Amino acid sequence: MDQQQFPQVGEEMFCQTLENGLHVFVFPKPEFQKGYAFFATNYGGMDMKFCLDGAWHQTPAGVAHFLEHKMFDTREGNALQDLAANGASPNAFTSSAITGYYFESTEKFEENLRILLSFVSVPWFTQESVDKEQGIIGQEIGMIEDNPDWKVFMNLMAALYRTHPIRVSVAGSVESISRITADTLYACHKAFYDPANMVLCVAGPVDPEQVCRTAREILPAQAGPIAAKDYGEKESHRAAQSLIETAMEVSTPIFQLGYKGDVPRRGEEGLRQQLVAELALEALLGNSSPLYARLYREGLINQGFSYGYESYPGCSFLCAGGESRDPLAVRQAVAQEAGRIGREGINGKLWERIKKGVYGAKVRGLNSFENLCVGQAQAFFAGTDYLRFAQLFPSITKEEGEQLIQQWVTEERAALSVVRPRGETA
Amino acid sequence: MSQIIRRELFPGVWLRAVHTNKFKSAYLSVTLFAPLDKETAAANALIPSVLRRGTAVHPDMESLSAALDELYGGAIEPVVRKKGESQCVGFLASFLDDAYALGGERVLESAAALLGEVLLKPYTQDGVFSPDYTDGEKANLLDRIRGQMNDKRTYATHRLTRIMCGEEPFGVDKLGDEAHVEAVTPAGLWQRYQDLLRTAAVEVYYCGSAGPDRVEEALKAALSGLPVNGDRIIPDCEVRLTAGPEPRVVEEAMDVTQGKLAMGFRTGGVTCWEEDYPALTMFNAVFGGTTLSKLFMNVREKLSLCYYASSMVEKMKGLVLVSSGIEFDKYQTAKDEILAQLEAIRRGGIEDWELEGARRTLIGGHLATLDDQARQEEFWLGQAAAGLDTTIEELCARLEKVTGEQVAAAARTLELDTVYFLKGKEG
Repeated sequence: MDQQQFPQVGEEMFCQTLENGLHVFVFPKPEFQKGYAFFATNYGGMDMKFCLDGAWHQTPAGVAHFLEHKMFDTREGNALQDLAANGASPNAFTSSAITGYYFESTEKFEENLRILLSFVSVPWFTQESVDKEQGIIGQEIGMIEDNPDWKVFMNLMAALYRTHPIRVSVAGSVESISRITADTLYACHKAFYDPANMVLCVAGPVDPEQVCRTAREILPAQAGPIAAKDYGEKESHRAAQSLIETAMEVSTPIFQLGYKGDVPRRGEEGLRQQLVAELALEALLGNSSPLYARLYREGLINQGFSYGYESYPGCSFLCAGGESRDPLAVRQAVAQEAGRIGREGINGKLWERIKKGVYGAKVRGLNSFENLCVGQAQAFFAGTDYLRFAQLFPSITKEEGEQLIQQWVTEERAALSVVRPRGETA
Repeated sequence: MSQIIRRELFPGVWLRAVHTNKFKSAYLSVTLFAPLDKETAAANALIPSVLRRGTAVHPDMESLSAALDELYGGAIEPVVRKKGESQCVGFLASFLDDAYALGGERVLESAAALLGEVLLKPYTQDGVFSPDYTDGEKANLLDRIRGQMNDKRTYATHRLTRIMCGEEPFGVDKLGDEAHVEAVTPAGLWQRYQDLLRTAAVEVYYCGSAGPDRVEEALKAALSGLPVNGDRIIPDCEVRLTAGPEPRVVEEAMDVTQGKLAMGFRTGGVTCWEEDYPALTMFNAVFGGTTLSKLFMNVREKLSLCYYASSMVEKMKGLVLVSSGIEFDKYQTAKDEILAQLEAIRRGGIEDWELEGARRTLIGGHLATLDDQARQEEFWLGQAAAGLDTTIEELCARLEKVTGEQVAAAARTLELDTVYFLKGKEG
């Protein structure tokens, strides 16, 4: 197996692409009790339109998530149960871009890994079980639609983007999932769950070669075709809508402020854009920025204020949000601060300090096997390696940060989503 | 393997230090134990947030954040927790472990000093807390209290315990109530802070690569400003043995699309101090604590009566709390079914795979705690609150011995005390 060393952060990664196209990454951690395995496909909520064997398919919103729920069904019963019976904590998630299945266990890791690889690669659906799942997922959709944090974020996506499928809820709607049949699920599994479209990331007290042997044994020997995806026409930098508001059962208005970023490139350039964006956000409105201190002092934001950069195939954005009695004032203050940085630049001492701070927080984040494995899966699908950040980080310049703020944090690229308490008017 | 020590830094001020090279970070916490009390809860909850606003040396958040950035993006977070009937207020802190500092510098000593500074050397105006910081954090705390209704799942459990334990300290919310927050003044809060520093039992925690002596020295230096007092005591926790003659039923309506059903049981005095506590935790895992549990497998999966159904144990208080999300019209059916599952366990209806699965999940969860600094801290704080020294490994050994009959016996001690149903406004 290939071996990559990341001495600055005390990590090593074993990697290999198997004959069937599966990409395997292992982080050996002999001093830990638990092992963690993450098996993911490059298929998420936004992959609704795709081409397989020369034919285009348009599928309802929510299939990737529906499939995730149903994959745990096996001919013999339920894989969740088999894993839990071995003391493993299994789970899965579907994001806009990927679907991942994972477990953590302190005993019987090998056996649990076999179960994981097997249930994810062997579909087993009946129309009856699909019908029943529609009820369960319908409930889940009802629950997330009651969640103001979800609503404020989905509204932001709808305001930023005109056509990009990031606008569509990963779980779909009660209507869209009613159109899902067992056949839809089989077709999407065939299109996206081929080993060549998947990665397996493992961290724990494991032997990397043994992980590969197990994967070879359980998964199909040959690679199959990978579906081509379509995200619609390229979006302009302009936000579709500048402001979107709704009322819900909340106590204080909550908001998400977003800025449309450039479409991320694959590979190291994309990773560089991510690091620059993260640092720029810190300088603009991060915890140790002058703006944050002012907004907090004026009671316009509180400890729940959070911010980040997100990127997906075909789109990226900055977002910041939380609770505020006056979200419009926050938006205005951010615009002013971006203008000031445009004129005066970022304070050099602030920049160096922020770099130190962000670096330390990223290294501390490596404590989590989940961060390491999910991060590596996402980075690999984006054409790079998660731990590359440690090497790239020192070379990021203040000028790059300033340039990103000037280009992205503009009125044209901005959208504000607000959820107000019922009965309150803007 | 990690080495765990416990030492008294000053009278009533204890350090628990876990020595290990596993992690990239050093984890620190300082916790003050106050009895949960309606009169003081709001002010106690406010104190760490106001302290976190600024110190005599770093008078505002900007300069504090700058100091944290210099320590490689260290974090010091105010935290308010409830352990039994103790209100635990203080700070959780995480810093880069010395091994990964780019300049090879020692981070621990500076980190501990900054933590001590935040706790003991606040920014003051006219000898008390700054009115600005006090008012700002009052507003934040009020938002947090009101915001508790945003997550309806937590909110329902919350309402259940408030109603069920309305006459016990346990019924007091860890954040206090709105009226008491509003009544706080800078001078009154300052007095509460002084009282807390003087009287509260203090628990200090460290997990990281530094040896115990170095840790002890760093934290002793950092906390040397604590008033000397020999009577720092961890509050007691009242345990009610039985429920009322009839279960109390409370229904409330809000604008929601999904109903929440929460049910509270008393365990007949079985708590973390009792011999049969491991059986109670096993019972909970079989009943609703895992994805293998009866509530998950039957009420959710087989009967599709709800989106989620789970149960949890309040180990010091002797409570089992069930939480589920249901369609409004499934209230009676879901409630009956949850009780039917309990009845089945009481009669010994536990399959081998259910029992072993519960055991493996619990033991796996305990062992995984050893791999997670935050979870380990939470575990040891719980032990400190209960006055217990039992290690995770010892708990695992006790779980290995629990039998199906002991689980059924634990189930038979349960008495339904209160049912809470959150329903929609229309219909």
